[in-house]
Amino acid sequence: MNEALLRGLTPGVIGVLVRRGADFAAAEDAVQDALLEAVRAWAADPPRDPKGWLITVAWNRFLDATRANTARRRREDLVEPAPESTPAVDDTLQLYFLCAHPSLTPSSAVALTLRAVGGLTTRQIAQAYLVPEATMAQRISRAKRTVSTVRFDQPGDVATVLRVLYLVFNEGYSGDIDLAAEAIRLVRQLAAAIDHPEVAGLLALMLLHHARRPSRTTPDGSLVPLAAQDRELWDTHLIAEGVAILQAALARDQLGEFQAQAAIAALHADALAAEETDWVQIVEWYDELVRLTNSPVVRLNRAVAVGEADGARAGLAALVGLESVPRYLAVAAYLHERDGDAELAARLYAEAAAKASNLAERDYLVRQAARLNSG
Amino acid sequence: MAKYLLLKHYRGAPAPANDVPMDQWTQEEITAHVQYMSDFADRLEKTGEFVDGQALAPEGTFVRYDGEGRPPVTDGPFAETKDLIAGWMVIDVDSYERAVELAGELSAAPGAGGEPIHEWLELRPFLAHPPTITE
Repeated sequence: MNEALLRGLTPGVIGVLVRRGADFAAAEDAVQDALLEAVRAWAADPPRDPKGWLITVAWNRFLDATRANTARRRREDLVEPAPESTPAVDDTLQLYFLCAHPSLTPSSAVALTLRAVGGLTTRQIAQAYLVPEATMAQRISRAKRTVSTVRFDQPGDVATVLRVLYLVFNEGYSGDIDLAAEAIRLVRQLAAAIDHPEVAGLLALMLLHHARRPSRTTPDGSLVPLAAQDRELWDTHLIAEGVAILQAALARDQLGEFQAQAAIAALHADALAAEETDWVQIVEWYDELVRLTNSPVVRLNRAVAVGEADGARAGLAALVGLESVPRYLAVAAYLHERDGDAELAARLYAEAAAKASNLAERDYLVRQAARLNSG
Repeated sequence: MAKYLLLKHYRGAPAPANDVPMDQWTQEEITAHVQYMSDFADRLEKTGEFVDGQALAPEGTFVRYDGEGRPPVTDGPFAETKDLIAGWMVIDVDSYERAVELAGELSAAPGAGGEPIHEWLELRPFLAHPPTITE
């Protein structure tokens, strides 16, 4: 059994312990122990019923921890009577809601989701986010305390869960743990637990972007912009799957921002060459996104699309009023170059580089400025 | 989720309100200051926001390449160097506002008379990794 399959059992096992009377924090700790034990024991002697094995070991760990905790004698009452009630709502879904509870900060919700839903160890999460293990352990236990009074069977908001999973995918750094792949696994698991067009929309969005991953950077880590990417490297299976999921979601006529973003990604995926991109349709989807989110970041991206569809002048006109949006300068530089003003573009690229929030983007922008300055 | 560097300067930052050099403090004032710094780091670890903290010796050396087969050239320290880093703390926080709040707390470390130093700390964002979805 591979590690992802093992980790896929995590939410269900936590759910069983909670329904037997364990509180969430203790159940989560016990299941984490059982997962570590499974990695050690299963290599030599894989069980016939992995989930049953995990439940037994985790429940015993929970009982040991409860007995050891003499200061909390009250829990002793829980030791034997353990009739399992049938879950009213899917345990997995409830865990997603709990771990993305609105009382948590984004970084806490991300960490708790990766541990309790994803089954990752604290060390793996700490390495992925480049913080010490002790810090990540505290972040997680604090998050568990924050949600300790939330009832496990309380219905939650799918939108908050989707925002957390989007963060894991979009801002997850890459280390030993492939957070993008993990985010996709978690959205797939969520999609199996709840039928919701925006869950499908987010899954499609992730698949379509993941499909381009091999072409997004050069071997030395430099960014390759969409127009310059080698489309031969795009993963056609992921694209086909993403498009199919998106089409089924759109057919339900409950448009949301993730479906609209996925539609834009699908239009890019559809173009065999950059110059075949259907920018007019992309602008229409950006119009939908502006209507749905009213986000200045979306307006900025829309200006790029307008620049491609209707010319650089139109793009520059669409930029008016967006001067304070991050990446404004980079977009303005790009559009001014297309408009024929290389000198202004070079200056804007250099300014944009100085304000870039990440290294790969800064290096890319510096190169653009240098290219124009030496031209 | 973003990492910030809190830089403490020996020289180069604007003068703090409570500007008495440490070698003129009482033993108790020094103890209180050191304790405050260590408590601050502990508290940040408990909130899940601590990444790293280090102090630097004031005297450093400049080093540069001097050509193939030759040993590196060393020079300094230069008394006229305007900016001199004393140490740093790295934090991982949810927002810029939170980073400012924490820097403000660290700057309240007690100095002479047990009063906050009001030391100017330099707050610098880390250049992170690019997001996956940009269009």
